[in-house]
Amino acid sequence: MSTQASRASARLMISPAVLLLLGWMIVPLAMTVWFSLQRYNLLMPGMEAFIGLDNYEYFLTDPAFVTAIWNTLALVLGVLVITVIGGTLLALLLDQPMWGQGIVRILVIAPFFVMPTVSALVWKNMFMNPVNGLFAHIAKAFGLQPFDFLSQAPLASIIGIVSWQWLPFATLILLTALQSLDREQLEAAEMDGAGVFSRFFYIMLPHLARAATVVILIQTIFLLGVFAEILVTTNGGPGTASTTLTYLVYVQSLLQFDVGGGAAGGVIAIVLANIVAIFLMRMIGKNLEA
Amino acid sequence: MSRAVTPRRKAITTVLAWIVGFLIFFPILWTIVLSFKSEGDAISAPLNVLTSTWTMESYEAVQERSNYFLHFWNSVVISFGSTIAALVIAIPAAWAMAFVPGKRTKDVLMWMLSTKMMPAVGVLVPIYLLFRDMGLLDTRTGLVIVLTLMNLPIVVWMLYTYFKEIPSEILEAARMDGATLRSEILYVLTPMAVPGIASTLLLNVILAWNEAFWTLNLTAAKAAPLTAFIASYSSPEGLFYAKLSAASTLAIAPILILGWFSQKQLVRGLTFGAVK
Repeated sequence: MSTQASRASARLMISPAVLLLLGWMIVPLAMTVWFSLQRYNLLMPGMEAFIGLDNYEYFLTDPAFVTAIWNTLALVLGVLVITVIGGTLLALLLDQPMWGQGIVRILVIAPFFVMPTVSALVWKNMFMNPVNGLFAHIAKAFGLQPFDFLSQAPLASIIGIVSWQWLPFATLILLTALQSLDREQLEAAEMDGAGVFSRFFYIMLPHLARAATVVILIQTIFLLGVFAEILVTTNGGPGTASTTLTYLVYVQSLLQFDVGGGAAGGVIAIVLANIVAIFLMRMIGKNLEA
Repeated sequence: MSRAVTPRRKAITTVLAWIVGFLIFFPILWTIVLSFKSEGDAISAPLNVLTSTWTMESYEAVQERSNYFLHFWNSVVISFGSTIAALVIAIPAAWAMAFVPGKRTKDVLMWMLSTKMMPAVGVLVPIYLLFRDMGLLDTRTGLVIVLTLMNLPIVVWMLYTYFKEIPSEILEAARMDGATLRSEILYVLTPMAVPGIASTLLLNVILAWNEAFWTLNLTAAKAAPLTAFIASYSSPEGLFYAKLSAASTLAIAPILILGWFSQKQLVRGLTFGAVK
């Protein structure tokens, strides 16, 4: 149906978006790679020099880097486990007939719309503060010693906060998938004598697998970039106890003004994110053909 | 074809679901409640919330002391500005890809998606330095530019999935009836595309409003939107709970309301059409 002329105008219509994104991708990326090969610190002007892979060596052998990688893994995996399992259970619950389903749905989804800085500060002060927080007040009411969440278990506390933010997303997507399940198939299984568990494991779970994969991949992309929650709660501390890769690069480049070292960290972050991205793109690409 | 459910089972499910929903929502509810308390009550006696006096004093204090509306306005300008700019660039592109698909349309779409996978921190250094040299640090223009480019792939994708659902036969029919390209776009396509564009606008305003990496790193005071303004409450430990709650309530209320309208689009937009 498309003529030569409409082809040409189509290309014209697509080109602004393509050119802008190309620029947005290539220019900063090239600069990051270039800086990563330089000795370049904003506090020491005039000392810039090409130093090859020294920044990478420095960044990769920094003990903070190993800690940051483990923390990043713990954060991503911790939140994924909590949100996917919690989200599945919640979706199963919300899929049941009940009164006021719409309102419950609204309550459950609300945390997703709270900006990261607000949720982090609310949890930090109003709930986890060891003196004035609600948890401390409740502990004292029962005669217990209040627990200082953010200094005793900083990473676990952040995992808790981030899970609260992402649980609605997982729930909503899994619920959407669950609702597209063919009811008659379930009823037929029930008539044939399949119990609750075999219906769940042999019909619902395989149906949810695809949606769960999408949840895992998309959340991973976002979770690798968690930043504000760490900045306002622990600043990556105590020490480096809650420093992730993203936060480490931020510290290196904007707090220590080490442009070269920060850029090397940035390149490493890009490589790691791309490994996840490849899997995600395969999934979405398959869907595009279907 | 609904299964028979005993009233007792429905009652149990209802109670259980309401308890879980209440617990998940509780931190937000708690923030709203504390925002109507005096600082003293919010800090020392939170377990007596129901009996202590209600007051609007924190809202007044937030307004007087902190230029709250400047930051609110910054959030509005940045989130709507970047979304509208992205729509202007994305509508023609998504349009062409949906209605005049070429051999490489799919590759272009996948490539656009791949730019979204680049972690922000990977390009933090160059963007920061470029902005410093161009005088764009702590300006609303700078943030609009970054957020436009950041959300452009999502906007193109969302629009593309919506446009693809418009049947192309309707275009052929219009052409048969002698419609010119201009009237075809104005009277046939636009009315069918408006709902998709509106959903895309809604979701992206929400994403831009809550964006908290670039807004925190590229602003200081002047152009700081609410995300950065609220973060400034993190430094001094102390008697700030009621004011923090009031500022937070004002910051999340508009988006919470918009968000509740956009539940369905959310799934579709954030999964790039993989789950509908």
